[in-house]
Amino acid sequence: MSAAAARRRLSRRRAWRLAFRYLAAVALTVVFLFPIYWLFSISLKTPDEIFASPPAWYPASIQFDNFKVLFKDGDATTVWNSLFIAGTSTALAMFLGTLCAYSLARFKTGGDNLAIWIISQRMIPPIVVVFPLFLLYVWLGWVDTYHGLILLYTAFNLPYVIWMMRGYIEDIPIELEESALVDGCTRWQVLVKVVFPMARTGLFATAVFTFVFAWNDFIFALVMTRSEVTTYPVQVTHYFGGQSNFWAKIAAMSVLGAAPVFVAVAFLQRYLVRGISMGAVKG
Amino acid sequence: MSTLANDSGSRMNRFADRNFKYLVIAPAVLILLLFGIFPLVYTLLVSFQNINMMETDTSFSGLLQYRQLFSDIRLWESLGHTLLIVAIALPIELIAGLMMALLFLDRMPGRQIFVALLVLPTMIAPIVAGATWRLLFDNRFGPINQVLGWITGEPQAILWTIRPEYVYPAIFIAEVWQWTPFMFLILLAAMSNVDTSLTEAAEIDGASRLRIFFKIMLPAIWSVMTIALLIRGLDLFRIFDVIWALTQGGPGTKTETISIYAYIQGFRQFETSYTAAMAFLVIFLLTIAVMFALKRMEFVR
Repeated sequence: MSAAAARRRLSRRRAWRLAFRYLAAVALTVVFLFPIYWLFSISLKTPDEIFASPPAWYPASIQFDNFKVLFKDGDATTVWNSLFIAGTSTALAMFLGTLCAYSLARFKTGGDNLAIWIISQRMIPPIVVVFPLFLLYVWLGWVDTYHGLILLYTAFNLPYVIWMMRGYIEDIPIELEESALVDGCTRWQVLVKVVFPMARTGLFATAVFTFVFAWNDFIFALVMTRSEVTTYPVQVTHYFGGQSNFWAKIAAMSVLGAAPVFVAVAFLQRYLVRGISMGAVKG
Repeated sequence: MSTLANDSGSRMNRFADRNFKYLVIAPAVLILLLFGIFPLVYTLLVSFQNINMMETDTSFSGLLQYRQLFSDIRLWESLGHTLLIVAIALPIELIAGLMMALLFLDRMPGRQIFVALLVLPTMIAPIVAGATWRLLFDNRFGPINQVLGWITGEPQAILWTIRPEYVYPAIFIAEVWQWTPFMFLILLAAMSNVDTSLTEAAEIDGASRLRIFFKIMLPAIWSVMTIALLIRGLDLFRIFDVIWALTQGGPGTKTETISIYAYIQGFRQFETSYTAAMAFLVIFLLTIAVMFALKRMEFVR
């Protein structure tokens, strides 16, 4: 009898614990998501609702005027700029980086020193490199050009791609490549027919992260763009200061920038940990 | 590096086409050399000259700029602000991240959804996060003062991004909000990889939860935690976007970090040589930290 009672007590305690954990989880989620909710809600509010005191906690009706203005005035082209620049630089960095990673992973080219030098490039603060690069870009006439920014993001993301893809390629059993070679494949065929397909989840996850890094960057774009190839993060800051009637634009532009990232996160779930920890946790 | 890797490396080497391995590595390394080495060399060169908005004196001027660094109070203050932000935000993010990871460690229905939602702040652009908090902190139309008013019972109109005593809390709140989920996600994954038979055995032996955490969990996740701290520490050291959105370094120079000060010197004051010297100081300071970071990373791989 006492054993049954003890078990009952234990299961009651478990139930309480679970209830507490749910409560804490919901509270945390509310706290962490509220700022994002607020951003989205402002983007849907009318000016009267945005500048209500006390604040309106939700928009009375869903209307997209704040977004329409961005598209009408042409401000939304900065999102296309971001998309084009981040997309192209991601493709470039993925292609060049994966080739390099393959060489590092399979041939130990340059030994560990080269690999360490490459990842150390990632650790240098952008502000340190952006200044001399700006002077170089002025000299080359690359300031405010698409190719200038694309190349910059490619270089900036290469260490990450190489580092991550080296890890993913090392996870592939080498025997497959060896047998493909024995069967008469050239090295390039091995790459295209064996390595790329085998590493496709790693390729995909790394590409999405690379894209997000370029998409989210502010400081390089701030320095290297003027008016032609402004990216959306720079455009957001153009609405700062001065009058607060730009709030709707700040929010709407931010939402345009954040929404694609949220879609990316939804696709990434399984690879998030490995991606953000730079491979430290295989998760 | 394990013997297995060396072994397979040499096996591959037997039929390795030497041209192939250098061919595929060359483009990436060339780009990295251009964008990695060039800035360093050029910065070093310029830092020994005297170039600014007024004059373009490319003759060797010795340690002129570096001597100036030592008497520049604004520089050391900005370095102090940067270190203050690292020293306060990093432990908060770590401890909050650990607590959240512990909360979600045991299975619970819907855990994946919570985790997926909690990670969102980390993935949005820091400048967007800063902009969002700027709207939240607004003294009249922001919800934060409103909620504080409810709690305190009287209307609040705190000028979060303007009053000296509130700017740092504002920055910390925004920064901790955005990056605690980063710590949480990594630590949760590390903890999930810990062998549960160890913790269960300790539990049966009657060890307290606290004891289990400090004696089993913490040592098991130590190396991953170190890496997470180093990634975040280096990120915090270069903090720019959030502060740019919230205060632009103000009021005055109260929240100016090393990145913001360097930006202002380089792109607003056009003190080319001086900024170059400053950049080298930062590189010098960080090289030590980075070397340490990479040792740890290599250790884990």
